[in-house]
Amino acid sequence: MGSRASSLLREEDIEEIKKETGFSHSQITRLYSRFHSLDKGENGALSREDFQRIPELAINPLGDRIINAFFPEGEDQVNFRGFMRTLAHFRPVEDNEKNKDLTSGEPLNSRTNKLHFAFQLYDLDRDDKISRDELLQVLRMMVGVNISDEQLGSIADRTIQEADTNGDMCISFSEFTKVLEKVDVEQKMSIRFLH
Amino acid sequence: CQWLCKHLWENDLLLLLCAHLLVALLVLAFPKCSVDLTGCELRCFYFQLTYQQKDQATITGDVCSFGWIIAKEPTSLEEELKEIRRNGSSQDLDGSASLTTGPSPSSSEFEMSDTFYFCRRGIESIVDDEVTKRFTAEELDSWNLLTRSNYNFNHISTRLTVLWGLGVVIRYGFLLPLRLTLAITGVSLLVVFTTMIGFLPNGRVKNFLSEKVHLMCYRICVRALTAIITYHHSENKPKNGGICVANHTSPIDIIILASDGCYAMVGQIHGGLMGLIQKSMVKACPHIWFERSEVKDRHLVAKRLSDHVKDKSKLPILIFPEGTCINNTSVMMFKKGSFEIGSTVYPVAIKYDPRFGDAFWNSSKFGMVNYLLRMMSSWAIVCSVWYLPPMSRQEGEDAVQFANRVKAAIARQGGLVDLLWDGGLKRGKVKDTFKEEQQKLYSKILVGTQEDRSRS
Repeated sequence: MGSRASSLLREEDIEEIKKETGFSHSQITRLYSRFHSLDKGENGALSREDFQRIPELAINPLGDRIINAFFPEGEDQVNFRGFMRTLAHFRPVEDNEKNKDLTSGEPLNSRTNKLHFAFQLYDLDRDDKISRDELLQVLRMMVGVNISDEQLGSIADRTIQEADTNGDMCISFSEFTKVLEKVDVEQKMSIRFLH
Repeated sequence: CQWLCKHLWENDLLLLLCAHLLVALLVLAFPKCSVDLTGCELRCFYFQLTYQQKDQATITGDVCSFGWIIAKEPTSLEEELKEIRRNGSSQDLDGSASLTTGPSPSSSEFEMSDTFYFCRRGIESIVDDEVTKRFTAEELDSWNLLTRSNYNFNHISTRLTVLWGLGVVIRYGFLLPLRLTLAITGVSLLVVFTTMIGFLPNGRVKNFLSEKVHLMCYRICVRALTAIITYHHSENKPKNGGICVANHTSPIDIIILASDGCYAMVGQIHGGLMGLIQKSMVKACPHIWFERSEVKDRHLVAKRLSDHVKDKSKLPILIFPEGTCINNTSVMMFKKGSFEIGSTVYPVAIKYDPRFGDAFWNSSKFGMVNYLLRMMSSWAIVCSVWYLPPMSRQEGEDAVQFANRVKAAIARQGGLVDLLWDGGLKRGKVKDTFKEEQQKLYSKILVGTQEDRSRS
């Protein structure tokens, strides 16, 4: 008569995830239910197809990039820890962050880490630089077929021109942060988790 | 003699001669009382337990309400982008290079923060989306002592376990055999009597008898499932020459509707027992059964349906435009085929109460037989049926708009969420056109401002 989903999640795991991500106990168990319902193959890990089965994500222009953010370099499966780690970036920033004792240093949902998540959306080859080509590709994903190559190219050029401070025609993470220093990242890249 | 015959036909209880069945029926003839009792007991008991749990530190917090995981922001793409840019520019007093002279801050070109909106929406949909949860059974706020509804509840107390055990004994040892017997009786009577009626010549007598037989057998089946149905607004019941549309949760919907009125069914001919039932039913009154090959031909389907409705002596057609079973928390896209025919549409809303037994058929998880057994071993099937006022297609309205109007009315009445998503997403992929719409919208925001710049 025991539960099905949460019996696969042990208390020690929940504690570890709590420390690492800052989610509460009930949030973790609920997200585990969600993870479990997405995991059609029932092998404890999600593949890219599992994500693409969500219609609202499949129609998102940046859907593929978002899905990619869950998978570490070269891997095709993401387990629950990885899932939670990525979702933790979108936790709202609280004023009195209780988990200052994190061994990893900064909490996952800090402004810097949120910006890093957004940066990785652009950085297709994960070389810590956004080249003109990568910017073009992401722009193309967002606009589809509605804007011509030339127009898109000029948009990309203008953006790089404004952001690039060291003249290497690429946007590094620090340049990216500088461009967005006035934007309310904490609010725009946060989801209101309940409980 | 006349009185006796009338009484025999009207009161399906008296038709069952077997003593065993009679006892079973007497027990099941007062289902309203017994279900209410069970319901009250369950609720009282559960409240007691929840208060106990709040004190116990060892119980995990997720035994109680399973509501939403996140609260979604209902802003649109345009609003969000305007807001981000306004914030970005208004605080920028020394004038950065991105916003040169001319246009107002809200109409600017591409910003690197534009991805934030899509990003957040994407992650929100990963955590909680509107579609995938419609294809699994509804999660209950509190447990109803059925193992099948036990998603995340851990062992709470011995008392509850004992109660659950008692429930198992009653449901499987007592209710299930009685219901099975009734179901078998109902189905066999349907087949036998409709075949017999099929030998009669077409005419008023045949129609009258066919109606009575169908009603009687469906009512026996309703008892076999212990379905407590409340019909509202029976004055709006579908009439001949009309089409009755309803939201679809399970095959039981048919039995529930057909036990209160006579309909012509539409469907594909199956093999085996289903096929036998279908073939004998059509002998007594004209139903519309299609061969497997004919189902693909939309024109043929439409023609047969419209021929049927034109003949005013034939019964109203019963159709489920969603095309697949949805879990009764929402109404999904209605296929426009039945709304193109041009006859009066009688919408019907069906809402099940999941506390006594979840009626949703998850066809990817359970086969039909498994499903029926689960139905018969629940506490009861409690549902409400609302007959809505008839609707017709208005001037200047096309089939899709008409379908959406009917869908909205059904959703509103049944307290269901009205979704534009296609029920076919249960098995298939979403169309690319939706993504293209979003891309177009975003492009308009970008390009539209280019035009402003060139003008100024």
